[in-house]
Amino acid sequence: MFDRLSEGFNNAFRKLSGQSRLTEANIREAMDEVRTALLEADVQYDIVNDFCETVVQDALGEEVLKSVKPGQQMVGIVHKRLVELISQGDSQTPGILKASPGPTIIMACGLQGSGKTTTCAKLAGYLKKKNRSVLLAACDLQRPAAVEQLHTVADQVNRDIPSGPAVQFYGEPDKVAEYGKAVGVAVQVAQRAVLHAQKNNIDTVILDTAGRLHVNDDLMKELEAVRRTVQPHQIMLVVDAMTGQDAVNSARVFHERLAIDGVILTKFDSDTRGGAALTVKKVTGAPIKFIGVGEHLDKLEEFHAERIAGRILGMGDVVSLVEKAQEQVSDEDAERMAEKMAKGELTMDDFLDQMRSLRRMGPMKQLLGLLPGVGQMLKDVQIDDKQLDRVEGLVCSMTPEERRDVKVINHSRRKRIAAGAGQRQEAVGQLVKQFEMVSKMSKQMAGMSLKGRVKAAKELQQSGAAASLPGMAGLPGLGAGKRSTHTPSPKSRFKPRKRR
Amino acid sequence: MSFLKSIFGKVKQGLAKTRDTFIGGLRSLLLGKRLDEDLIRQLEAKLISADVGVKTTMRLVKGVREAYRSGKMQTGDEVLAYLKDELKTMWPEQDRALRFADAGSGKPTVILVAGVNGAGKTTSIAKLTKSLRDSGKTVLLGACDTFRAGAVRQLEIWSERLGVEVVKGQQGGDPAAVAFDACDAALARGVDVLVLDTAGRLHTQESLMRELGKIREIVARKIPGGPHETLLVLDATTGQNAVRQAEEFGRAVTVTGIFLAKLDGTAKGGVVIAIHDATGIPVKFVGVGERPEDVQPFDPEAFVEALFEVDQD
Ligand SMILES: Nc1nc2c(ncn2[C@@H]2O[C@H](COP(=O)(O)OP(=O)(O)OP(=O)(O)O)[C@@H](O)[C@H]2O)c(=O)[nH]1
Ligand SMILES: Nc1nc2c(ncn2[C@@H]2O[C@H](COP(=O)(O)OP(=O)(O)O)[C@@H](O)[C@H]2O)c(=O)[nH]1
Ligand SMILES: [Mg+2]
Ligand SMILES: [Mg+2]
Repeated sequence: MFDRLSEGFNNAFRKLSGQSRLTEANIREAMDEVRTALLEADVQYDIVNDFCETVVQDALGEEVLKSVKPGQQMVGIVHKRLVELISQGDSQTPGILKASPGPTIIMACGLQGSGKTTTCAKLAGYLKKKNRSVLLAACDLQRPAAVEQLHTVADQVNRDIPSGPAVQFYGEPDKVAEYGKAVGVAVQVAQRAVLHAQKNNIDTVILDTAGRLHVNDDLMKELEAVRRTVQPHQIMLVVDAMTGQDAVNSARVFHERLAIDGVILTKFDSDTRGGAALTVKKVTGAPIKFIGVGEHLDKLEEFHAERIAGRILGMGDVVSLVEKAQEQVSDEDAERMAEKMAKGELTMDDFLDQMRSLRRMGPMKQLLGLLPGVGQMLKDVQIDDKQLDRVEGLVCSMTPEERRDVKVINHSRRKRIAAGAGQRQEAVGQLVKQFEMVSKMSKQMAGMSLKGRVKAAKELQQSGAAASLPGMAGLPGLGAGKRSTHTPSPKSRFKPRKRR
Repeated sequence: MSFLKSIFGKVKQGLAKTRDTFIGGLRSLLLGKRLDEDLIRQLEAKLISADVGVKTTMRLVKGVREAYRSGKMQTGDEVLAYLKDELKTMWPEQDRALRFADAGSGKPTVILVAGVNGAGKTTSIAKLTKSLRDSGKTVLLGACDTFRAGAVRQLEIWSERLGVEVVKGQQGGDPAAVAFDACDAALARGVDVLVLDTAGRLHTQESLMRELGKIREIVARKIPGGPHETLLVLDATTGQNAVRQAEEFGRAVTVTGIFLAKLDGTAKGGVVIAIHDATGIPVKFVGVGERPEDVQPFDPEAFVEALFEVDQD
């Protein structure tokens, strides 16, 4: 995500920390690299310049010049400013408020192909999980098969998320017409959808609208009319996170005409640097509510400025990592694991378990990117699923005894295990060696603070043991056990998908 | 050249709407002005704002600044001429026409269309289909996007409007299997051109990129020489990430041309300059609206003009 931007900052600050004395001149020079990094990340030109100037002023004001660790202090200032910029004026309430009297009306709008329809479905699923009833209303009468698309994703949400009331669909497929011929019809459809929701006591209506250019006056008028007529409680601007400089123009016009209440950034699963996030925030002032991180309908996450800013600065996103780990590992499991780790009793079975939960956490690289420093270090290393498969294959062909205690694995056992997994014998030896290293490390880590663990994990990565991922194995214990009071409790955040 | 003019006219038309929202083009920025550091900074802002990218912008601006400081350049008009020259030499003469199968081969031409999610692939296919039909060719479509909800239906609706047929498979089925069937059908029916729509995918998703490679292989196996054209559809509003897209798609399926969609907004699509620098892949078409007729062959000269011509009538 923000990996590459972080890299830019790191370069800049490496330069800074190499200086024995700092002057205004070399602060400006370092900020130049920050500036380039931000521009390469697609943050809008003027916003970048303003930002850099503010940071320089701050730095001068805070007497960075006399500081012992000027580089770090600068990082602090840039980080603080960045968080401010991304979260300015946001209230503390995440998610979607409930309006009373209902129904709560949400309208999604944005440019063509930004991800509106998918996001509407994701939101529906998000609310369904919170036990709210949702009506998905198809107000895109332009794009061919847009109504069918929304209908299909509504069904998908119901299939994928069994808990909570069924998401309902409202559409008037007979009103669909070719481009330019159904302008304005969306207004009545939206109105009837809301009536339908009222009659049926549905908690929330989500209006999916057609994509449009901010310079298309007719279509912008249509949205204004929908706004006047049904008065949505939340108008969400859906923006592609890969958007370039033009984000400033489209976001500004959408905001001017509709008074946006929130922003949702999609396709954050790409390797975009995502500077558009800053741009859109700056021009609309509206909170960034969610980010979309995949095509599947559960790929919606609440947005956290600190985390993103932390990532920008290459500080990693430990909180997210811990939360992801928590989603996959129950408290009891984590505690049991932590205990075992502390006693050095980790078995191959535990190891396999952890690997499987790691795998459930999503693409490896994304996960590694969350670790401080590691993201950069490993970004070119291929840690792929295939490697995981191989390790899994080996462990699976071990006997229970071998999994409990790898020391019993002798030559003939090694041969058998390798044959069973269809791999070379050396692979077994390697795995055992790595496992021993990890279990030794995790024994040490178990007694450490969160910070210490992260550091240890980093060292472990550096040691190369991570090449086949096992280095990560100690992590699910990280912060998931009771002792990890350092971890902010992530109350209503994306709760465990599945606890086991 | 009248051909170029008409393209230019159309792109300009698309951009004309944007007058009110854009702060002013390079032309008005530079023409009749004396050159100074401030003007150079404004020039930098303009180029960056067009998504041209930091590297290219800095190179161009550096050239201007050096010429200014050494006294070789003193007016905005000179800068404008210099920039146009520079930008144009960055676009060497390239064959930007669609590639077709050898006339004598008796085989259909296959066009594979790929790109990230929501870039404009399916709509661009409708546009290509219309132009091909208008030039008297018979066209068959293959609905290889078996993933996205409503994707097959979307293509089907276009095919009905344009009077061509679609080969489709199961929702959620193997897209390579649809490609296979589509090739068979194209051969059996003896159509001139087969156009394959694919699901949007991010260039970072290795398995999906492999899937795309597989579709390509199937085509190559069924119809020797195919796909004759592999078009990457880029959204003109995309920022610097588009370079990564071009590189990765290029690696996965040997992209032969770019279709730059959504150039009718205020986005300038300047990133194709950086893409050209990085990959050399030619831009072949631009999309300037949502209807099948809203397509133009790409013309670098017109494009560069359009970067400059914004606040003009
Ligand atoms: N203004 C404008 N809109 C376009 C253009 N090309 C495509 N669109 C719109 O962009 C949206 C996405 O287009 P699609 O053709 O569905 O894009 P796609 O790449 O096939 O999308 P997926 O299959 O979902 O990945 C639609 O609403 C199109 O109408 C263009 O040149 N200009
Ligand atoms: N990778 C990825 N794809 C997304 C995301 N959100 C939407 N998409 C895809 O982007 C394309 C356009 O989305 P759609 O919801 O149809 O956009 P709309 O035209 O704005 O309604 C589809 O292919 C979606 O599957 C996301 O967060 N990540
Ligand atoms: Mg839609
Ligand atoms: Mg499509």
